Amino acid sequence: MCLAIPGRVAEVFTHEGLHLARVQFGGVTREACLDYVPDTRVGDYVLVHVGFAISRVDEEEARRTYEALAELDLPGELEIPEVKEPAGGAA
Amino acid sequence: MKYLDEYRDGDIAAKLVERIHKVRTRPWVIMEVCGGQTHSIVKNGIDHLLPKGVELVHGPGCPVCVTPLEMIDKAHAIARRPEVIFCSFGDMLRVPGSDGDLFSIRSRGGDVRVVYSPIDCLKIARANPEKQVVFFAIGFETTAPANAMLAWQARRMELKNISLLVSHVLVPPAIEAVLSSAQNRVQGFLGPGHVCAVVGYTEYEPLAQRFHVPIVVTGFEPLDILEGVLMVIEQLEQGRAQVENQYSRVLAREGNRPAQELIAKVFEVNDRKWRGVGMIPRSGFHLRAEFRDLDAEERFSVQTIDTMESEVCIAGQILQGIKKPHDCPAFGTQCTPQHPLGATMVSAEGACAAYYTYGRHLKDADLVTLGGARG
Repeated sequence: MCLAIPGRVAEVFTHEGLHLARVQFGGVTREACLDYVPDTRVGDYVLVHVGFAISRVDEEEARRTYEALAELDLPGELEIPEVKEPAGGAA
Repeated sequence: MKYLDEYRDGDIAAKLVERIHKVRTRPWVIMEVCGGQTHSIVKNGIDHLLPKGVELVHGPGCPVCVTPLEMIDKAHAIARRPEVIFCSFGDMLRVPGSDGDLFSIRSRGGDVRVVYSPIDCLKIARANPEKQVVFFAIGFETTAPANAMLAWQARRMELKNISLLVSHVLVPPAIEAVLSSAQNRVQGFLGPGHVCAVVGYTEYEPLAQRFHVPIVVTGFEPLDILEGVLMVIEQLEQGRAQVENQYSRVLAREGNRPAQELIAKVFEVNDRKWRGVGMIPRSGFHLRAEFRDLDAEERFSVQTIDTMESEVCIAGQILQGIKKPHDCPAFGTQCTPQHPLGATMVSAEGACAAYYTYGRHLKDADLVTLGGARG
């Protein structure tokens, strides 16, 4: 029920006082209301729930967090803790 | 599709699972709040990938499931009226009331329509000025901006033949109810990503602090859920109890301000009864006084209807993470998605329906596996 799907804004227009868009979801295009994400432009990705964009995907944040996920497998040697000088040793 | 397919990558999922195995030292019980997450977990078998002892329990976050039987019966009483066009999200059509469902009302001549968006009702109302258009406005916070816009636009366009049957529920009071229960087993939460896209997560911070539970606001794809689980377990292992945001590509702490503003103009918080759970104070929305003339309960003067729930059904305990579908003697036998006995079987996002859909009611002996015809 709380399903929301990311889609690309292909066109923005106004109809009867509502700020609307044609949004592409893969091969399907549907209308969505942009009143809750007013600064949205063509080419932006929005998350659409029951015909309303409820958020705009932060593409920079998406890139950053996905790269972090993809780089999860650090080379094994980097996980070996560094050897520290024993306390009270040579300064 | 961009922002979906890459979050289903098997290789990254395997790495996340490996990381979870490494980090975890003790058993932990984690609840995912949202029905969409429950569905994704069961569909993708995510719970089966986790180390033994890390248990995912399924929360009360399916609005179709928790809509009380009395409200379903009220909807049906209105939908049967000859002057009414009753509009609903598709999920509500098969939910049985005391006497059939919306499909059966349609087959007996009722004008019941499925809409993609609440504002589709505006077009239906204008095309049918001699009819009363009623929208069944259910949902969590995610759906509230859309339902609020229907009321707002109906008022702005001076449409006199629209009303809303409101059954809105809120997540934080449900989390509080789960954590306040003497039987509570939940130690950490995957927070509901799309609910928080609308309202943000500041309301979750006092809950994390007061009950000392980590809450990680999480998305819906397999990688989102695995990363959310990892983040919760890291907090649990380190003794931390904070609200963190796994779903930062979609939401920030403050949520969507324009949506919150319209919700506040149209709705106000009230006490709500949750199917399977009971009354939770200040756990829902109803229309504000200024919009009360759009309230279908008042417009059609529907009486409170007495209903009886099944005595066998343990949906209430499942919704609170105390039990699982397999603990119920009726699961998959007396109770199926075709003949649901209670809340968690009535919608595809309910825990019991998700377990049933993905074959978890079957015994190993019933399963025909690939290459199973041996010998």
